[in-house]
Amino acid sequence: MLNETEIRNLLHHVLARSQATETEVVFLGLEEALTRFANNEIHQNVAETQGVLAIRVALGKRVAALSTNALDEAGVERALEQALALAKLQPENPYFPGFTPPAPLPAWSAAYDEATAAATPEYRAQAVGAVLRYALEKEVNASGAFRTSRYAWAVANSHGLFAYTPTTLADLTIVAMTATSSGYAADAAWHVDAVDVAARGREAVDKALKAQNPRPVAPGDYPVVLEPYAAQDFLDFLVNAAGAMGVEEGQSWMSGRQGEPLMSPAITVVDDATDPALWPMPFDFEGMPRQRVEIVRQGVVGDAVYDRLWAGRTGKVSTGHALPPFNPFAPQLAMGVYGPVPVHPIMAPGDAELPAMIAGVERGIYVTRFNYTRLVHPRDVIVTGLTRDGTFWIENGELAYPVKNLRFTQSYVEALQQVVAVGRQQQNERGYFSVGRAPALSLGSFRFTGATTF
Amino acid sequence: MNELLALALNRAQLLGASYADVRLLHTREQGLTVHNGVVQNANEVENDGFGVRVLVDGAWGFAGSALLTPAEVERVTAQAVAIARASALFLREPVLLGPAEVHQGSYRTAYQIDPFAVSLEEKLALLLEADALMRQEPGVKITHSGLVALRKFQTFASTEGSYIEQEITETGAEIQAFAIANGEIQRRSYPHAFRDQRTEGWEFVQRLDLVGNAPRIAAEAVALLTAEPCPSGVTTLILGGSQLGLQVHESCGHPTELDRVFGTEAAYAGTSFLTPEKLDGFRYGSPLVNLTADATIPGGLGTFGYDDEGVPAQRVPLVREGLFVGYLTSRETATKLARLRGLDPAQARSGAAMRASGWNRLPIIRMTNINLEPGTWELEDLIADTDDGIYMESNRSWSIDNLRLNFQFGTELGYEIKGGRRTRLLKNATYTGMTPEFWGGCDAICNEKYWQVWGVPNCGKGQPSQTAHTGHGAAPARFRNVRVGVIKS
Repeated sequence: MLNETEIRNLLHHVLARSQATETEVVFLGLEEALTRFANNEIHQNVAETQGVLAIRVALGKRVAALSTNALDEAGVERALEQALALAKLQPENPYFPGFTPPAPLPAWSAAYDEATAAATPEYRAQAVGAVLRYALEKEVNASGAFRTSRYAWAVANSHGLFAYTPTTLADLTIVAMTATSSGYAADAAWHVDAVDVAARGREAVDKALKAQNPRPVAPGDYPVVLEPYAAQDFLDFLVNAAGAMGVEEGQSWMSGRQGEPLMSPAITVVDDATDPALWPMPFDFEGMPRQRVEIVRQGVVGDAVYDRLWAGRTGKVSTGHALPPFNPFAPQLAMGVYGPVPVHPIMAPGDAELPAMIAGVERGIYVTRFNYTRLVHPRDVIVTGLTRDGTFWIENGELAYPVKNLRFTQSYVEALQQVVAVGRQQQNERGYFSVGRAPALSLGSFRFTGATTF
Repeated sequence: MNELLALALNRAQLLGASYADVRLLHTREQGLTVHNGVVQNANEVENDGFGVRVLVDGAWGFAGSALLTPAEVERVTAQAVAIARASALFLREPVLLGPAEVHQGSYRTAYQIDPFAVSLEEKLALLLEADALMRQEPGVKITHSGLVALRKFQTFASTEGSYIEQEITETGAEIQAFAIANGEIQRRSYPHAFRDQRTEGWEFVQRLDLVGNAPRIAAEAVALLTAEPCPSGVTTLILGGSQLGLQVHESCGHPTELDRVFGTEAAYAGTSFLTPEKLDGFRYGSPLVNLTADATIPGGLGTFGYDDEGVPAQRVPLVREGLFVGYLTSRETATKLARLRGLDPAQARSGAAMRASGWNRLPIIRMTNINLEPGTWELEDLIADTDDGIYMESNRSWSIDNLRLNFQFGTELGYEIKGGRRTRLLKNATYTGMTPEFWGGCDAICNEKYWQVWGVPNCGKGQPSQTAHTGHGAAPARFRNVRVGVIKS
C-alpha cells in the first residue's frame, strides 16, 4: 500500500497531466484479508491488495469518470485520455456544481489501528480457532467470517484540495447451527481489539443451543422484541432512503414529510461520522467535511444527506455524504446512481434493559435477526423478509420456547409508530457501505405473513 | 506461458503447494446512464490483477494483487501459501480435487458488433431519445436509462498443466420510468428490472428497440398509479418470462449449488433444502418441469468456455420431469459428493460452475445459465385456458429463506384473468409460496417461441462479497393454487 507522500505525489501527478477544465482524483487503496470458516474448519482464507485512481474530469459542465488500477505513467496517461474523450462527447450536465474548493477540515484523529492493519493470517486463524473449539465442545457447527482491513483514501482536485486519511476496520459474522436451530453474532470496529471474537462465538453457539427444537407458530400480528441485529435492518432501510436524490425525487419515505411526526418520539436516527465508537471519517469522497445529520428527530422526519450536486440542485449545503464514482470496497465496480448515502447510521439508545423489554411482553415473538429483507413498497418502507438464527415465543414476560422462523411483510414506518421500549445497549454491525449501530426494540405490533418448516 | 503466471506456479510449488492455479485478468467496462434527461454517469473502468489459489497441507489459501510485477507475484504467492498454512491450523478434512483437469484452449464470445467500437455519440443519442420519449408521458416523474459494455480477458494456468485464454464480452441495457402521485410510486422497466445483459455485442441493444418500447413503459407506469391493488387470496398464477427467470434463479439455481448444500455458505447466503439424499428421487416439481444448467448457450449471460478452475463449460440437468437429478458443482464438491454416495471419487467430475467475480476473489460455485426448458403452449392459448387467475411480470422485490423454501416476490405489474381473458391492470402484485409445492403446481409452460435467456447481472454471494452474472432461460408458465396479494391494504 502506498503511503501518504506517495499518494499525494501520485494525485498531484494526475492533476498536473490533466488537460480538463477541472479535475478531481480519488485514491482508493485497500488491503483486505478475510478468514472464512464453516463446518468447524477454515475453508476460505483470502487477501487482496489494490490501489485505484478514480478520476473525474470536467470540460465546462461535461463530466466523465474513469477508474484505473494501472498507477504507472502510461496508465495515468491512458486514463486521462479516455476520461477526456468521454467528457468531450457528451452533453452538458446543467447541475454539475464544480469540484470542491479547498477549505480546512476540522481536526480529527484517523480511525487507524496498527494492530488491525498488521493482523496476520495466523492472528485471524487463532481468533477463529477459539470459536471453533467452543463449537466443537458444544457439538455445534460454526460458520462465519473474520475480516481485517486497511484502507487509504485521498481526494485531490485542480482547485488545490488535498485530503487524506488512512483507516482500518475489523468485522465479524458468526452463524452457529445444530440439527434444528441456529444462532448469530456479529460485530465491527475500527480497532480489532474491540472485536471479541471468542465472546461472539459463545453468543452464537449458546443461542443455537437455546433455539433447538422450535415449535410452529401461526403467522399473524404479534408484539415483538428485536435484538439489535434485527433492529439494524430497520436502521439500514431508513437511512438508505435518506439520500437527497431519493428524497427530492419523491421516492423516499421522507419525501414531503420533513417536519412531520411520523414515528414514536422514542426513535431518533442520526448519521454521525464523528462518533469514535463507530468508524470516524473526516471527509467524504468529494473532500467535503462530513456533517452530523439528524434523519429522525424524536419521531419527527428530519433532514436528508447531501452531496455537492444535490445540494446545488436544491439550494442546500453539502452534508459531506458523497460516495466516490467507484465502490471504495470493490473499486473495479462503478457506482454513481446511488447519490449521497449515510454511511455512519446510528439509532439512538433508550433506557431499557433487554430482560425488562422481554418482561414487558405478555405474548409475543423475540427475534434475533432478520434475513433476506427486501423493499416491497418504498413509501412506507414495506419490507418482506424472514426471521433467522434464534426466534422465540414470549409468554408472560419470559422466553417460553423457540419457534420456527416466520416471514413478515411489514411497514417499518408503521412498526416504529408503536415503540414500547428502546434498549440501552447498542451493537455495531457492518453493512454494504457502512458501519451502523442500533439498540434493541420492543414494538407493539409486527405482521408475520408466512411460516417456514425450520 | 506468460512469465508472471509461470513464476506464480513455480513459486507456489517451491513453497510446498500440492496444487496451484493463477488467473491473470484484464477488465474493461464502460457504463453510461441518463437520468431525467441528463447524462448522469459516463464512466470507464480499467482493471488488471492476478489471483493465486494454492492447496497446502490440504487447505486452501488465496491472495491477489493489482500490481503486475515479478516481485509482487512472488510476494502474493508466498502470502497465499502462508494463508493456506494458517487455514490448515483448523482443518478437519483435507481438500480432495478428484481427477486432474488438464486443458489447453481458448474461448472468445462471439459477437457481430463490438460494443466498444460503437461511438459514444450513438450510445448517448439512443439513451437520450428513449429518455425523452418516456418523459413525454404526463405523470412520469423519473426516467432512467443505461448501457453497459464489459470485456474480460483472462489467462488461467494451473500446476496440473492447464493453460486457457478467454475473452468474454457482455452488452447490457435498460430503461425505467417512475410515476409518482399522492404517495403512490410505480415503476416500469424494460427489458426487465435488473438491466438485461448478454454475452453478445451491440446487436443485442439494437434488437431490444429501447426507443420503440419507451412510450409503452412510461404509459404503463402511469396507468399503475390508478390501477386496483392486487387482491389477496389463493389463485392461478401465470408468470411472464423475466419474473419466472428470477424464480428459477432463487428457487432452483441457489439451492442446487453444492457448496451451499455442504454448508460452506451457511454464515451468509445460507444452506439448501436439496440435501444429497434427495438426489435422483425427490419430487421438486410437476412432470412438466425440466431445469438445466447450461453454460454453453450462445449469448447467455452465464455462458463461457471454461470455468475458473479451468473445467470446460457443460450442460448439466438439475431437474428432469420434476425429479431432482443434479447439482452445480466444483472439483472439490463433486469429489466430496461422490465419496458421500459411495462412488469412486477418482471418477468425480466437476460440472464447471466455479466462477470468481474478479482476479481479487476466490472462485466459488455460481450459477451459469439456469433454464426452465420450454413447454408446448402458445401464450394466448394459456390465458384462454385460464378461467380465473393473475398474470404477473417484471420483478419489483424478491426474498427467500436461507434453505430456499419460503419465497415471496413482488412484480411491477399484474393483470387479472377472468374467463380466459386479460382484464384489469393490478398494482403492487405479490405472490408467495414454498418451492416444491409451487413447482409442483406448474401445469403449463409456453413453447420455445416465448423462451429467452434473461440476464441477471447482480447475483450476490460469498464473503468477501462477489457479484456474478447469470442467465435464466424461461418462457411464461402457469402455476395452480398460489397465494397472492400479501401487502396489507
